[in-house]
Amino acid sequence: MTRRIVVAGASMGGLRAAERLRAAHWTGAITVIGDEPHMPYNRPPLSKEVLAGRAPFASLAFTPKASAADVEWRLGASVTSARLADRVVVLEGGEELAFDGLVVATGMRPRRLRCEGPLNGRHTVRTLADAQGLRDELTRPGARVVVVGAGFIGCEVAATAVGLGVTEVTVVDPLPLPMVGPLGELLGRALLRRHEERGVRFALGAGVAGFEGEDRVTGVVLSDGTVLPADVVVESVGSVANTEWLDGNGLDLTDGVLTDDQLRVGGLPHVVAVGDVARFPNARYDGIPRRVEHWSIPTDTAKHAAKSLVAHLDGAEADFEPFAPLPTFWSDQHEFRLQSFGAPVLGKDDVRVLDGAPDGDVLVGYHADGRLVGVVALGGHAATTGAARYRAQLLKQPALTA
Amino acid sequence: MKVVVDMNKCQDHGQCVFAAPDVFQLDDNGRLAYVSDPDDALRDEVEEAADVCPLQAIRIEA
Repeated sequence: MTRRIVVAGASMGGLRAAERLRAAHWTGAITVIGDEPHMPYNRPPLSKEVLAGRAPFASLAFTPKASAADVEWRLGASVTSARLADRVVVLEGGEELAFDGLVVATGMRPRRLRCEGPLNGRHTVRTLADAQGLRDELTRPGARVVVVGAGFIGCEVAATAVGLGVTEVTVVDPLPLPMVGPLGELLGRALLRRHEERGVRFALGAGVAGFEGEDRVTGVVLSDGTVLPADVVVESVGSVANTEWLDGNGLDLTDGVLTDDQLRVGGLPHVVAVGDVARFPNARYDGIPRRVEHWSIPTDTAKHAAKSLVAHLDGAEADFEPFAPLPTFWSDQHEFRLQSFGAPVLGKDDVRVLDGAPDGDVLVGYHADGRLVGVVALGGHAATTGAARYRAQLLKQPALTA
Repeated sequence: MKVVVDMNKCQDHGQCVFAAPDVFQLDDNGRLAYVSDPDDALRDEVEEAADVCPLQAIRIEA
């Protein structure tokens, strides 16, 4: 009988896993199962070009590599449970699918606010359908928009809304500055000023207590009692891992699925995890397992996980280096870009301007124990490539130990 | 090998330059320049460059 690897999840992580399994010389069948009706597509434009109406779906779809042409795609189908020891996944409707190897790539879904009030008029931005639905409402004349959550997605959406001509856009967050959690105060202040200069309003240091409205939302009630009138609300308050289908297998699912340094799940060499659902230790840093929601992670994890999975299934157990990706991310807001290399979050207590100044193009270094652990550039596209000068240095450094 | 970059999509992220420095470069103005017919020996790194392009603007033809 043909051997089979099942990939649960048909977004970027699922696609890259399928391609990398072929690159690792897996000759058995590959079945990729995903709940969206679409072939894998690129999500970053959802909060920008798609929302702005500048990108049709065809421009977002990934082009699968020729090596993955014989992969079986089961789209619009979801995996509801798994019995890992028996090597079986169960699909919605009850169909059971046997596997030799399993790739967990089910990703994340947006966290929703639980406070009281109508759901109508409240949006998240994770899928193409989300972005299209939000665009329809943002483009209504006179729409007043409240974005809950001043992280990257929230700030990108606010910038796009202002660019679409929305005159009232307010970002709410309990923290005192936008993006301060990942970037620290220096860039948080610089970003606040840039957004305000371009017409975004902020209600910072305030949580959301509830929503007003009968059939649909008409206002957002803040924790201090203030009510912000709103026709459209965007909730960008983090995400929740899609791991419920793995319940009952004795796994650590406290935040995504815990893996070892080869991205193997629960000590099972025939099960690996890729993408932002994987909580993995990064040998480059302190070895503490973390989930990483950067765009580069599905590709990085798929490459490593596919090698270790295929080696095991082909009986060629090999000693692979521990997984140690150099994190990188970017964010485009208004006409400026943030570009990061390394782990700024580990060096937020020692932040130094390396080049430029916060009110213009600026390059910022983050240090731990006096050593550079991350760089972030803020400014025009050309200026942000300046961060790349430090990438080689960050790559060369020995591992940080806890 | 033939490489095509959709310059309408390219936003000068420069990730391809890290993956395949023999094929992709950013010029002094930060704009992408590339070799459109690189040697086949560079296929792995060009495929890597295509994978890591945030805009998915790089196509490998044959």
